[in-house]
Amino acid sequence: MSVETTGMTRRISALFALTLLVLLVALDYAANPPNPYRVPSIIALGSGAASAGGFCGALPD
Amino acid sequence: MATGAASGRVPHALPRRAALVLAALLAVLAVMILSGIRYGLLLAVGLGFGLVLEGLRFGFAGPWRAMILRREPSGLFAQLIAIGLVAIVALPLIAARGGELVAAQSPIGWAMVGGAFVFGIAMQVVLGCGSGTLVNAGSGNPIAALALPAFAIGSFAGAWHLFWWTDLGSLPPLGVTGWNGVLVTLAGLAAVAALLHRIAARGRRALERRHLVAAVVVAALALANLIVAGQPWGVVYGLGLWAAKGATALGADLSGSPFWAARESVERIGASLLTDVTSLTNIGIVLGAFVVASWRNGGLSARIPTLPVRAWIATAGAGLLLGYSSRLAFGCNVGAFFSGISTGSLHGWVWFAAAFAGSVLGIRMRPALGLEARS
Repeated sequence: MSVETTGMTRRISALFALTLLVLLVALDYAANPPNPYRVPSIIALGSGAASAGGFCGALPD
Repeated sequence: MATGAASGRVPHALPRRAALVLAALLAVLAVMILSGIRYGLLLAVGLGFGLVLEGLRFGFAGPWRAMILRREPSGLFAQLIAIGLVAIVALPLIAARGGELVAAQSPIGWAMVGGAFVFGIAMQVVLGCGSGTLVNAGSGNPIAALALPAFAIGSFAGAWHLFWWTDLGSLPPLGVTGWNGVLVTLAGLAAVAALLHRIAARGRRALERRHLVAAVVVAALALANLIVAGQPWGVVYGLGLWAAKGATALGADLSGSPFWAARESVERIGASLLTDVTSLTNIGIVLGAFVVASWRNGGLSARIPTLPVRAWIATAGAGLLLGYSSRLAFGCNVGAFFSGISTGSLHGWVWFAAAFAGSVLGIRMRPALGLEARS
């Protein structure tokens, strides 16, 4: 049993997804560049700082 | 001496693979330099997730489908093992280092249960959950390439309305902690495993080796995520943030949303994506899956199946629902099911039951929506 296919390969859709990601990061970098001189400790465990990242299970205050 | 072609090897595979590894390492190094070592490490953790999920063909939606359709529990067993392994380390660690490390404990409510049910439907329609959609997009699945941007928009919209939905009624976050939490969680996981074993098809009850390996590696990466970021592995928040940034860049006013107008949200929209925990691991998952697909000989050369228009419409709709419902449900398979249960949250268990019920319905809907390839 054969499956009907288009002329396109998965390379096209993978590159489409990667292009979207690269554009997202590049545009964001241009608008909101990170500050490499203001960074948190290497790992959170043992840092003494409260966890502050966004998370799907949490509501903003 | 055998030539590359005669030995079955594809010429130029080695330079291609070396370039892939180099590009991945450079991406991690670039983030370390631009944003800080912690964020580079988180990109590396995400890359690891992408490599193992695509490399070992492990995920969440597929094993649930295998259990529902064929009563094959191996992949689900592996999920339970991974969750248990994380719980054994994470729960005592969070109890000892509260504040630095946080659990994924969220409230149970009407919208949360309904959201998980709808998520279960949608993830079977597109055959990809939160992490699965990222992996599939990176490995060239066209369904995921369309579902992913829709997922992000849906997550943004779900967060916009989240407080309205939670006001319909919800309990405070309930859960277990510390070593008592480990015992309760492991007992719950063992009970589910025993039930699955009982209803599994005869001769299909064994745990496949690749699933076991994937479970151990995924658990190690999830713990690395917790230790480095201070929070459990999640997916959905990052996707919604991408859409929020896009909306802001296009001039949208988000002040009408209690969620996106909150101080923390405003700060994160204005901060670099390269400092957002879930964005970095999400990007890493896509890149890791792309590396594996490119690494495999012929991994990206498979032709895309022909699908009817209604299948693409269903994919876009399911993608939106994946995002919207996962915000109401306080997470997807990763943030709610995997991270919720492994850090002691009762909502993770409720999410599991509701999403599994939704999956049964979603599997039945898939052929009618034209998402089974024509033959």
